[in-house]
Amino acid sequence: MNIATIAKELNLEIRSAKDRLKNIVTGGYTGDLLSDVMANSQAGDIWITRQVHQNIVAIATLKEHAGIILVNSCEPAKETLERAIKENVPIMVSNLSAFELTGKIYFLLTAAK
Amino acid sequence: MAVYSTENILEKHSFDIEGGNFNNAGTVSTRIKSILKKIQLPDDVVRTSAIACYEAEINIVSYAKKGVISLTVSPDKVTIEANDEGPGIQNIELAMQQGYSTANQQIREMGFGAGMGLYNIKNYSDIFDISSEVNKGTFLKIIINSA
Amino acid sequence: MKLQEVQEILEADVIVGEEKLDMEIKTAFGADLMSDVLALAKAGSLLLTGLTNTQVIRIANVLDIAAIILVRGKKPSAEAIALAKELHIPILATKFILFETAGRLYSKGIVGCLEKVESGSVLN
Repeated sequence: MNIATIAKELNLEIRSAKDRLKNIVTGGYTGDLLSDVMANSQAGDIWITRQVHQNIVAIATLKEHAGIILVNSCEPAKETLERAIKENVPIMVSNLSAFELTGKIYFLLTAAK
Repeated sequence: MAVYSTENILEKHSFDIEGGNFNNAGTVSTRIKSILKKIQLPDDVVRTSAIACYEAEINIVSYAKKGVISLTVSPDKVTIEANDEGPGIQNIELAMQQGYSTANQQIREMGFGAGMGLYNIKNYSDIFDISSEVNKGTFLKIIINSA
Repeated sequence: MKLQEVQEILEADVIVGEEKLDMEIKTAFGADLMSDVLALAKAGSLLLTGLTNTQVIRIANVLDIAAIILVRGKKPSAEAIALAKELHIPILATKFILFETAGRLYSKGIVGCLEKVESGSVLN
């Protein structure tokens, strides 16, 4: 399961790092408290959040996430987008709520196993 | 045709709020909710009023030294006024923007400080007024129609 | 489904609300940022969160949330438990992370209380 498949299945809009869509997704992490995400998420996770400031790129890079999906139609802040492009971190946007999006991705990842 | 007198007040209450007291934060909103429920206002009016009040209450606790929230129920509307003594707001337009926040780490660790409070209150209100004076305080007037 | 089934799916402990396990649940909202909950969560929904302070209970009361599900092994503070009992709000606690919790509930038919958010609008 890679980012491209998830983006296609869920109609996600891709805002950065289109050449990293082959990043493999091995799990998911849903959360908005940065200290929690730093402590508990894993490499290869797709990170589902509504936080839009540039710290999310730093965290995704440090934790080696497969990518970030912003929910509730949140758009990345200007600096966030610039940083994501620079660091090649895929950021996608969904108009679904965190619960709905998590449910659908969980289904895709479980079905792929 | 019924004419509502501006003096036709059904309920009037006033509550003091202590700045920085996160233990008690929200007690006023819970109280206001049960008052509005008791007088059998429509569910959505009760809920909207309680949410708007809660956001205002959290702002006072988060940023001010102290404040007062008053509730007035008239036949056609609920009025919530939040008056605080505190640093005030430097730039109201900026403060009203989604995501703009002056919250410290303690506030963020509690799940607040996303910079949505005033924006949310305005969205929930039918009429919303805000004024502020730096180093003095902030005043919010929230009106939710009930008829 | 009933709250009892939610408890089983999430292998959760019932911290408050043993007497409310036959409550009917259809929707859920997951968040750690309270402003999102205040703006978007609907009455009668489950609230999935990792925040354990008394404010979560106050918010659940103000929003008419059906029950709070604490995720990632969190346990509520003593004050939060007391307040939840006073305000009659059930609290269940699961060891699963929010991703797993939402995933399990969604796969058993619980839907988001707010399916889509129009960009630029906070309220539906």
